[in-house]
Amino acid sequence: MIEAAAFRQDEPLRRPLRAAALVLVALAAAILVAWAMGNAWWLSFLARVAITATAALSLSCLIGQAGLVSFGHAAQVGLGAYVALIAGEYGIADLTLLAPLAFVVVALWSAVTAALALRTRGVYFIMLTLAFAQMAYFIMQSLSRFGGDDGMALARRATLFGAPVLKTDLGLALAALALLAAALIGFVWMTETRYGLVLRAAKENESRALASGFRVFRFQLYAYALAGGVAALAGVLLANQAEFVSPSYMNWHRSGELIVMVVLGGATSLPGAVIGAAVVLIIEEALGHWTEFWKLGLGLVIVAAVLLRGADLSALFGRARR
Amino acid sequence: MNASLLALQALNGLQYGMILFLVAAGLTLVFGVMDFINLAHGVQFTLGAYLTASFVARFDNFALGLAAGLAAALALGVLLEIAVFRILTRRSHLEQVLGTFGVILVVTDALRLVYGPAPRSLRMPEALSGAIPLMDGLMYPLWRLAIIAAGLVVALALWLLVAKTRVGMLVRAGSTDRETVSALGVDIERLFVLVFVFGALLAAFAGAMAGPLLSIEPTMGDNVLILAFVVIVIGGIGSIRGAFVAALLIGLVDTLGRAFATDVLKLVLSNATASAAGPAIASMLIYVLMALVLVARPAGLFGGNGPS
Repeated sequence: MIEAAAFRQDEPLRRPLRAAALVLVALAAAILVAWAMGNAWWLSFLARVAITATAALSLSCLIGQAGLVSFGHAAQVGLGAYVALIAGEYGIADLTLLAPLAFVVVALWSAVTAALALRTRGVYFIMLTLAFAQMAYFIMQSLSRFGGDDGMALARRATLFGAPVLKTDLGLALAALALLAAALIGFVWMTETRYGLVLRAAKENESRALASGFRVFRFQLYAYALAGGVAALAGVLLANQAEFVSPSYMNWHRSGELIVMVVLGGATSLPGAVIGAAVVLIIEEALGHWTEFWKLGLGLVIVAAVLLRGADLSALFGRARR
Repeated sequence: MNASLLALQALNGLQYGMILFLVAAGLTLVFGVMDFINLAHGVQFTLGAYLTASFVARFDNFALGLAAGLAAALALGVLLEIAVFRILTRRSHLEQVLGTFGVILVVTDALRLVYGPAPRSLRMPEALSGAIPLMDGLMYPLWRLAIIAAGLVVALALWLLVAKTRVGMLVRAGSTDRETVSALGVDIERLFVLVFVFGALLAAFAGAMAGPLLSIEPTMGDNVLILAFVVIVIGGIGSIRGAFVAALLIGLVDTLGRAFATDVLKLVLSNATASAAGPAIASMLIYVLMALVLVARPAGLFGGNGPS
């Protein structure tokens, strides 16, 4: 930490932390209001926002901080959901065991695939992450014992120390909020450590970071594994909320939507990913309420958002350029 | 697994590979020249199939319907180029992925809106709807042979175009070093429009040719798009020759894998295990292939030297 302090500039942690706190307090307040009004639909929607935001947040850490554009992040979420499903079939449904299990399994999968994908750069990296996500998709699709293509219902919702905390909508929403809070504060804190600085340095100029003696590959590998693990935890909660898991969780469209959330919120801002996730889900629900062709509207919003933005973003994603 | 079955599946794989090549050719050229990732390239494939199907139904004549369908698909492609892609080419890869992903959502739902959710079918021309005997016990559908022939003709024409003409030379130069070409006074934007229009036409043509073999639905381009990306990444981005080789490789590996993986596994595994694992391994084969190629050669088989 002393070393990290030396690296630090004057105005570091406080602003993103304040933004993070603001986002979390707003979400908590919304959950409490929904609960007080006894509105089950809103409660479950807010839980979904918190879960999706956690997944988007972990992707934002990769895209915005490490400059690693993963086009297969939904697979990590889906694999987490499958760990919950499969472990549940074998009687493991307590979060004390389930959460570390999902984290470790998916972090390992992420580390192995990243070790291969990180050999490439630019669009090749994007396509390799997509290829590995498709592999995960087809593996799960072939597990006929666990529902195959159709998916399968979860045996029962997970417990915490034997207490059925996820049983009610409020419990689930609060658990999702807690996970989001831990992930958000953890990631924001990480960006200001020496580790986070090296990640960003490698994103800006990889050869320079290498020349400075940092083992960039290892830093990026850890980031990829960590983001995968966090996405898996979101997947566990997603499985518990839907009480159902299917390969469609890992569809590449979902990975695309996660990228949309991250970029709409401002890719370099971690709290922004949470806002991006909330905005996309609200657009989906609002349009979905109104017409079955809601993807048309979402697509138009995405295209407009990309086109209307200035060209200055390109500098931020130097790594994604060839 | 006898010889005629193997030949049949190999021909199917070849035909599938040709469709993939037609889609991948435009994708790889656009990427090579403009450094532009166009996820919405699959949309051209879908549009080609839908528009050809509806024009063939209207004119009751395949050739006329094909021409009208391709022209309409091309017009829509040019519209997208002017409204969206032209701006995106100046942005980062991340924004290109995002913007073209948005275009996929829009076009997919627009097609659902216009044509309804039910799949459509496209009638193949009467004259090519039969089958001919190729060898003992092997009747092969003429239409699939026509696709293979069309793919070969396009590949040859593309090679001549890229290797022998002035425009082809500019395309090759542009994908090697865009700045220098543009500094030498070549209007790179116009070159891009040309390459884009050509690629869009090929993808629409692939959709129209594959239309009679598939059920035509709004998401049909998604699958082809992902495979086309696998093809150009394996072949090396920007390389027509790479796209051709990789497309045939992917077509054959995927088709033969699906046809024979379970049987091959049965040689070493129990029947039940093989039947369960076979389909999964068959669907994963091409992605495994892609991962292996990229690990061994991070810029693809023919990558790194510009189009060749």
